[in-house]
Amino acid sequence: MKLLYFASLREALGVAAEDLALPVGVATVGALRDHIIARGEPWAALARTKNLRCAINQVMVGVDATVSDGDEVAFFPPVTGG
Amino acid sequence: MKPLFTAMFSVSVQAADFDVGAETAMLTAGDAAAGAVVSFIGLVRADVPMGQKVGGSGTAGVTAMTLEHYPGMTEQALAEIVAQARNRWQLLGARVIHRVGRLLPGERIVLVAVASSHRHDAFAACEFIMDYLKTRAPFWKKEETAGGGRWVDARESDDNAAARWMMD
Repeated sequence: MKLLYFASLREALGVAAEDLALPVGVATVGALRDHIIARGEPWAALARTKNLRCAINQVMVGVDATVSDGDEVAFFPPVTGG
Repeated sequence: MKPLFTAMFSVSVQAADFDVGAETAMLTAGDAAAGAVVSFIGLVRADVPMGQKVGGSGTAGVTAMTLEHYPGMTEQALAEIVAQARNRWQLLGARVIHRVGRLLPGERIVLVAVASSHRHDAFAACEFIMDYLKTRAPFWKKEETAGGGRWVDARESDDNAAARWMMD
């Protein structure tokens, strides 16, 4: 799967995108987030991002949404456009 | 399936500025049923006291702003918001333009223009699109100030503004 990070989270990670094989036992985007955070710094920045949002294949979803290998999964802080 | 967008319903994400007069004229061109156009234009605010001139001496506020977005998702999210507005009100056209990149105080950021036969639908749909855009379209603002850069925090009032449409 492809992971994308935006805005302050991208800056904190120093990474905008990465490829990751769907980790064993990870079924939801919330579990994927926890898996990434468990890699330690700088990935714990996901845990420090208040009201972290996620999108699967460019549609905003809740933490219970199902992820599959091949998905594009994005993590970002709450949006501030307009 | 009918197409989501005709020429009268469109969204754009672009670095370039836009011409408000030309955009609103195009929205209703040749449509005799159009009786109302409501447009909202969002500007880069310097966050200085009211009445102070942009770029005036002693400005302690924002000197520039950079808009980041999620290419692909942004256009899709804006199109979905416009589609929801079309489901709720009788609209003849809608145009959403959101700029990205580095902008200076006073510059236009966003245009939402809605055409309808009567003003009520146009007013309501324009406000709905802006409220939803604020909380659902993947844009992020980073402000530049004399003290350095800072990401703009999301406002709870924006979430509340979007939520009130769900109670209708």
